[in-house]
Amino acid sequence: MNAQLQQILELADDELVIGWRDSEWTGIAPTLEEDVAFSSIAQNEIGHARALYEVAARRLDTDADSLAFDRQPDDYRCAPLVELHLLDWAHTIARRYLYEEADRLRIGALRESGDPELAGIAAKIDREETYHRLHAEMWAARLREEPRFRDAVEELWPFALGVLEPGLRHELARRVGLDPVDARERGSHTPELAELWDVMTEVRRSEPGAEW
Amino acid sequence: MVTGAVVNAEAVWAALGEIPDPEIPVVSLVDLGVIRHVEVAEDRVRVEFTPTFLGCPALEAMTRALAERITQLGARPEIAVIVDDSWSTDRITPAGREKLREAGFAPPPLRAAGATTLVQLQSSAFRCPYCDSTDTRLENVFGPTPCRSIRWCASCRQPFEQFKTI
Repeated sequence: MNAQLQQILELADDELVIGWRDSEWTGIAPTLEEDVAFSSIAQNEIGHARALYEVAARRLDTDADSLAFDRQPDDYRCAPLVELHLLDWAHTIARRYLYEEADRLRIGALRESGDPELAGIAAKIDREETYHRLHAEMWAARLREEPRFRDAVEELWPFALGVLEPGLRHELARRVGLDPVDARERGSHTPELAELWDVMTEVRRSEPGAEW
Repeated sequence: MVTGAVVNAEAVWAALGEIPDPEIPVVSLVDLGVIRHVEVAEDRVRVEFTPTFLGCPALEAMTRALAERITQLGARPEIAVIVDDSWSTDRITPAGREKLREAGFAPPPLRAAGATTLVQLQSSAFRCPYCDSTDTRLENVFGPTPCRSIRWCASCRQPFEQFKTI
């Protein structure tokens, strides 16, 4: 698999898994408005994953659902940040904020890529992500002085750096206002991913090859 | 009409103009401007369209509806989903904007030069589709579908859905 396909799958896997994690707040978010917001953001992120899997699937001669659900957990390329099963709001918002800050940099880079198909999708994704960023920025501004939120951002910071290739990390540190540290790199997974995968693929695995 | 074509492009546009948006059926896919291109060659009709949002769950339903309508015209459909930034809500037709407003969906503001900001969304430049007041405020950037926000009109004390600018 070439480097570009690898990059598409990393991005698609990140979007699928963060979408899955964000959807876990549907019905149990602390306010009704956040219930709506997290459900909508999750739907968008999974939509981005689908568009990217479709590009990868054409180039690998398979289909998007197979890439999303038929691989083994170890074959996913997602970053550990998106895998974490976060059970409190401060960490959840800290991850949304850090993820959006990291994501905007790589989507921006992809818009400039020489591949017109990828550049087009990146531009469309970028336009939609505007609303996710507004949501994250609003929460980050609201919680900035809260010790629980600041601790959560610091705790997740090495994970956030691991979302990006090394060349983009300095800019992320500048935007977030934290010093670069050793990143929690992608390549090995947290134990949380296998648990998520079990649930995420359960229905599909129950009837292999079925048309849903 | 192209020689040998079973149908002309005008008839295709008219037929597609009858397909309602699956989530906001007061407007058609043509009103929304998401049908980008129609090309007729002999018995084949190629239609290019763009989803409003990539996460739109109605994507398959729309592709199917387009294909069915072309088949009804006696042609072979070829539906291509275009995924890039060439569509924006600015392409919703004037008739489409009016239909949205009448149904209680405030039509989207035109695309600004840069990305939408929170300050813009919190401004009062958004008009209530019920009473026309601009005394409205943002309740939630997100709404029942990815393409809509929720606003509140302080004048007629009515929440309403605001189509997002994309």
